[in-house]
Parts: sequence; C-alpha cells; structure tokens
Amino acid sequence: MIAVKDLCFSYGKRRILSNVSFQAEDGECVAVLGNNGAGKSTLITCVNRIRKPDSGEVRIDGRNVGNMGRRELARNMAYVAQKNEMSRSTVFDCVLLGRRPYMGWGASKEDVDKSLSVLKQVGMEEFQLRNLDEMSGGELQKVMLARALVQEPRVLLLDEPTSSLDPKNQYEMMALVRQAAKERKITVLVVLHDLNLALRCCDRFFFMKEGRGYCYGDSGTVTGDVVEAVYGIRGETVQVGQKKIVVIG
Amino acid sequence: MGPSPLASKKAETDYSRHIRRKRLILWGMALLTGAAALASLMAGSSGLTIGEVALALAGRGTKQTETIVWNVRMPRVTAALAAGTALAMCGCIMQNVLRNPLASASTLGVSQGASFGAAAAIVCMGAGNQVNPGSGTTASLTITNPWTVTVCAFLGGIATTVLILALSRMKGITPSAMVLAGVAISSMFTGGTTLVQYFADDIMVASVVYWTFGNLGRAGWSEIGLMGGLCLGAFLFFLFQRWNYNAVESGLDTARSLGVPVGFLIPVSMAVCALIASVSVAFVGCIQFIGLIASHMMRRLVGNDFRFLIPCTALCGAVLLLASDVACRVLVPPAVLPVGALTSFLGAPLFLYLIMRRGSVG
Repeated sequence: MIAVKDLCFSYGKRRILSNVSFQAEDGECVAVLGNNGAGKSTLITCVNRIRKPDSGEVRIDGRNVGNMGRRELARNMAYVAQKNEMSRSTVFDCVLLGRRPYMGWGASKEDVDKSLSVLKQVGMEEFQLRNLDEMSGGELQKVMLARALVQEPRVLLLDEPTSSLDPKNQYEMMALVRQAAKERKITVLVVLHDLNLALRCCDRFFFMKEGRGYCYGDSGTVTGDVVEAVYGIRGETVQVGQKKIVVIG
Repeated sequence: MGPSPLASKKAETDYSRHIRRKRLILWGMALLTGAAALASLMAGSSGLTIGEVALALAGRGTKQTETIVWNVRMPRVTAALAAGTALAMCGCIMQNVLRNPLASASTLGVSQGASFGAAAAIVCMGAGNQVNPGSGTTASLTITNPWTVTVCAFLGGIATTVLILALSRMKGITPSAMVLAGVAISSMFTGGTTLVQYFADDIMVASVVYWTFGNLGRAGWSEIGLMGGLCLGAFLFFLFQRWNYNAVESGLDTARSLGVPVGFLIPVSMAVCALIASVSVAFVGCIQFIGLIASHMMRRLVGNDFRFLIPCTALCGAVLLLASDVACRVLVPPAVLPVGALTSFLGAPLFLYLIMRRGSVG
C-alpha cells in the first residue's frame, strides 16, 4: 500500500504541488489526471524522490521512503519517464539495467534469467538483441515497462506511457500494465490524458488541478461536472453496455 | 507465466553469443594495441626488424638496439599508451555524463585550460627548462618539476570543468550550444596562454609553442609513471561505475530511479576526466580529436554498453595515438612531425565522415 500525505513541491518561488494526499492498495491501478501544468509529472517524480519534495511524506506499507537508501528505494519503486532516450544499446541490456539495484560487481545469472522472463511476459523476447534506436514507439515503451518490472517494485510510476502511441498500442500497453499490477500485486500510478483509456484500464482516478488534488475515487468519480471543473470543457459520461465512456463537448 | 525452457535457453544462448562477440572485439582491440606498440618500436630513422626489437626487449640485443628500444622508443610508446587511453576515456565519459555526443577534453576547452595552467607553470614558475636537441634547429622543453606542472594544468582543466558543469545545468542548453561555449572558453584560455608567452623570452616562447603542438618524445619516465598511474586509477574508477554510466544513457531521471547516485557520479567523473586530460596535456602537449573519435568508433562496434565501451575506447585511443606517432616518424624522415598536428589533421575529416554517415553522432 502506498500513502502520499501533504506532499508539497516548488520550483524556486513557484509552488507546483500543494498538500497532495491520497493512498492506494496493492494491485490497484491509479490514473493521475488533469490539465497540462497541473503537477501530474512533478507528483510522480516527487513520489520516488527524483525531485525532493519541500514537505510531506510518502509511505510504502508504513515505511517512509525518505528514510530509504537509493538502492532500497529503487527496489521498491520503478519509474518510466515520458520521454525515453534511445541510446545505441540492445533491448536486453536495457532491461537488464532494471536489475541495477540488486547488482554487486556485475549481473548474476539470476539477473539475466529474470530479465529474460519479463521480456517474454511483455512479448519482446524476439527483439532482445535489437538496438533501442531501431524500435518503434510502442515497442520501446514495452521495453521500458519490462525494465521497470524487472526491478520487482512494489510501486510502478508511469509518466504518460501512451502519449506517443496509436490506439492499438495504447490499449496493449495499458493491458500489460494492468496485468502486471494484478499478477505481481504492484500499485501503479499512471499519468494519462485519455479519460476513456483511464476508465478502461484503471481502478481509481486522481484528478489534479493547479497543483492540488481535486478529487479521488473509483469510476463513479469521473463525471461531467468533474471533467468540466478540471479541464474547463464540457463533458458527459455515457454508459455503453458495461462500459462507461466520456464524451467531450 | 514464465518462458518455456526451450525458448528461454535459446534466448540465453543468443545473449551469450552477443556478449561473446563483444569480448572478441575487446580482445581484438588488445591485440591491435600490441601490434601498434610493436610497429612503434620498429619505426624510426634507424629502422629495426621485429627480431631486433624482440632481442632488445629480452635484454639480448646489441647495445645500440637496446639503447634505441629502451631509451628512445619505449618512452614514446608508453607515453602514447597512457595519453591515448587518458584522452579517449575522457571523451567517452564526458559524452555520457554531459549527455553530449560532441563532448571531449579538446572541444569543451579542458585541454586548453590545462594547457594554460601548464604554460603558466613552465614560464612563470620555472617548472621547465628549454634544451636544444642535436640538430640545433628546434628548441624543446624539459619539465624539471612535473608535480608543479601537473597541479597547475589540473587547476586550469578543473576551472574549465566547473564552468562546463555549471553550463550543463542551465535549463535548455543544447549540446551544440555547450560546444560553442567550449569554443569560447578555449579562446579565453588560448588568449591567456598567449599573454603568458608575451612575457617570456624568445627561446621560452618557441619552446612553449613547440610544446603546444603535442609531442610524445618529451615525457620522461617519471612523467610517464605519473601519467600511467593516474590513468590506471581513472580506468578502474570508470570501470567500477560502468553500470551507472549505462543507466545514465537512459536519461538522468531514469538513472536516479534505478538508484544511481547522479549527484556524485557526474561531478566526480568530470573531475577525474579533467585530471587525466590535464596530466596528458601537461606532459605531451595538446593532442586533439583522439578523445572525440575513439569512443564514436567503438560505439559502432560495441554499442553504448559501458562494460565494453570503456576498455575498448581506451585501447582504441592508444592505437590511434600510436599509429599517428608512427606516421609522424616515417612520413618525412628524418624529421619527426608533431603528433598533435597530425591527429587534428586526420581526426577532423574522420569525425565529419562519422557525422555524415549517420546524420548525427551518438
């Protein structure tokens, strides 16, 4: 279980996050939603202390992550950035890097085996010797997800993992995330812009507005009024069979 | 669901083959370095055969061949090995931690800063004496106090490094802008070196100018020992951090999320780079492009895997400098061309070729 309490962060004098609080259970997938500049990406990077928050705390199963060492933190939280730098290294070497928090002098057989296993799970085993700079956007995101999963984290932080993908790849990617969350009991915090993708793939919804949490809850939280208040545009929710969708405008 | 045993075994075999290929490249580079060193021992106005070199190395040659091999050529070979590996590793690591494929000691002005520091030590602090070689046509310089020169060169190099690090933390600065800043810093230090020369006497000016050409024959055994020792220490440090450099290739935020101590890694790596580049400049003069070219050549063979890229780049730098030095000695005999001029002359077009072949480097 992850609990974020009163998290605050500023760039100089500009306040980006103000007293952000929420919590999520193991295996839950939480969509972090809001306009550009609402503080979603900053929240993700403050949660795993890539950026040090001004105040507030993050706890995993009651343990304050601020008291964890770098390696311990990396064993508990994995992060996939919005933009990934494509260096000239192979898919396998990239995924193996996820074992960095567990390595001594070098990679052990266990590290290699676990990397292979995760690559298979995300369906990228065949591409293991291909260079990252030869991959498509969808393939690359799956590789980055594999690297994060091989860290064996308790919490997975994804910053707009579907932003550059076509609809098919968006759903495939989020299906993999959801599968990993359920199978490995990982709590996932995922920044998304597509409300319908979030409704399809996530359990809980954390709306942010101007650096603050606006509302948080299950799919019942996603209403036309909330969409209008958070995004400043009119929205309506419609039930189509078992599925709820948001119609904008 | 885990992979089937058969598929997993195949995948493991593929990866093992991939790693074996990289190991073969590393061994190939080691052999090439040995061959280049041997060629360097054989090349020169009094050409020696491979047999004569082998006998001299074993201590069973004639007195003349042993003197040539051990007193004249071996210092050049070891200086080339130390300086080549130092400059090449420097470029490789700087390109990684600054996230800039154009970074190297010479493009960012670290060499020029070190050059200024060393020139100031030689001219203003009396750390070097000019001597004339047998021909009497060219003044050359002997460093009488290698420690003073090293410390002053390092201060010049580290001052530039601090400036570069400060610039790299500015939001929005592009790799090209950083290299342009390096050009400005180089220009500033070149101006400083000119001012130092202005206050020196004629012979000292000639000596320092000759020294800035880059010359592997200048360093004595004590300088080579210092350079080699620091270079070995730097190599071990870089190798110890190889997984961290691999993580930095994925971006700084990702590296932090993998537990890499980025706040320690970048400044310390840059300081180590500044130290070995400065020592190299202090003892063998300005040798450009080795640092820039070597790592890009090796990236094409072993990719950005720093487990192999660091040792391969170090060996490639040594091979390039040894080969350049051999060329300098055999092109216009009996004259020995300045190796720094040759590396610049050949390195620039080679770098342009690398850029044009791929559209960009890195």
